[in-house]
Amino acid sequence: MKESSQIKLSKDEIWAILDTIPDPEVPAISIVELGVVRKVTIEEDTVSIYITPTYSGCPATERFKQDIRDFLKINGILEVNIIMQYSPAWTTNWLTDEAKEKLREYGIAPPIDGTEDKGFLFQSGPKVVPCVKCNSENTDLSSQFGSTACKALYKCIDCLEPFEYFKCI
Amino acid sequence: METSKNLIKLLYRLGDNTLIYGQRLAEWCSNGPTLEEDVALTNISLDNFGQTRAIYSHLAEIENKGKTEDDYAFRRNERQFYNALIVERPNGHFGDTIARGFLFDAFQLHFYQELTKSNNEFLAGLAAKSLKEVQYHVRHSGEWVVRLGDGTDESKEKIQKSINDMWEFTGDMFATDSAIDKLTEEGVAPNYNLVKEKWTKTVEEVLYRATLKKPEDCYMQKGSLSGLHSEFLGHLLGDMQYLQRAYPDSEW
Repeated sequence: MKESSQIKLSKDEIWAILDTIPDPEVPAISIVELGVVRKVTIEEDTVSIYITPTYSGCPATERFKQDIRDFLKINGILEVNIIMQYSPAWTTNWLTDEAKEKLREYGIAPPIDGTEDKGFLFQSGPKVVPCVKCNSENTDLSSQFGSTACKALYKCIDCLEPFEYFKCI
Repeated sequence: METSKNLIKLLYRLGDNTLIYGQRLAEWCSNGPTLEEDVALTNISLDNFGQTRAIYSHLAEIENKGKTEDDYAFRRNERQFYNALIVERPNGHFGDTIARGFLFDAFQLHFYQELTKSNNEFLAGLAAKSLKEVQYHVRHSGEWVVRLGDGTDESKEKIQKSINDMWEFTGDMFATDSAIDKLTEEGVAPNYNLVKEKWTKTVEEVLYRATLKKPEDCYMQKGSLSGLHSEFLGHLLGDMQYLQRAYPDSEW
């Protein structure tokens, strides 16, 4: 016997559940705060979640999918349709101010608005990324590439703290 | 029908380019000259694999033969690959990898920039997304070309030789065939002549900053769009496909 509608949750309730799923690589923020969940739809018996990867090759994407299934299962939604959406491309502008503050507290310098480099070849201007430990602006880029696709490596020249910066894209 | 056949050819070209380039860079994993470079080269590799997955998934949908991404990567022979010759060049020393990387990253940059204007929704979306990543790649390789070129006598001599050696494989990046030409006419694929013009400008600018000489025009190797490759692709595939060939359908 199949009930006519097995979905007992509203769209808002599903968003609230998704907002409790931590980003596997930066657990200080949720996948909703990160901006990878783009859309939730409920049609008849099917819940569809549209997600977008931060970077094309981000290995966390597979984990997002599994976590979404697991978290929704606990809440009684057994079947979920997860759709990968590549356009519009993910941008750090989708991070809320609150999420950026959480990043900073977690020890990752948040992306600085409007610093997407316009000149693609050489940095268009000096970019100041304050140290997450001592807030000094005397910091230096060690590498554009860090432990995950979304981060660059910096070091503080004053307190010598090496830290990660969430790249602006 | 004709359009989808042409589109399939273009998707093979794009996906094979990023797959083989990604695989070459992955060979640097744990072999980088410094930890930061190891991380950088493998990050670029990962971005390329990600782009490949998006392209192959779309290809599987369009071909509609029940294939998966893995079928495309692991169950084709070298004559069935359509990647540009430059991406299969061996890593060589760090300068060789940087020279190959810069010449190809700059191509990808301008190619994707033009592809964002495609009237094909998937290709335009893929290009917009990939462009953000490629901007980091070309900055990485471009800055290294300058640092090595404008560095010591030894680094300058080496990177100049790397660029010279790689030059005969650059023409093939811009190769088209009747399928791709048709797509360009229809506004699906970019105009490759325009891409080449922009690429040439970028290369000249960087070589100038690096105090290096642009190589003389020379005979350009060709054949990749017909599946003709250098001897190096077979070896690369042997490595990359070994597991799926030896243990078909094995999974993590």
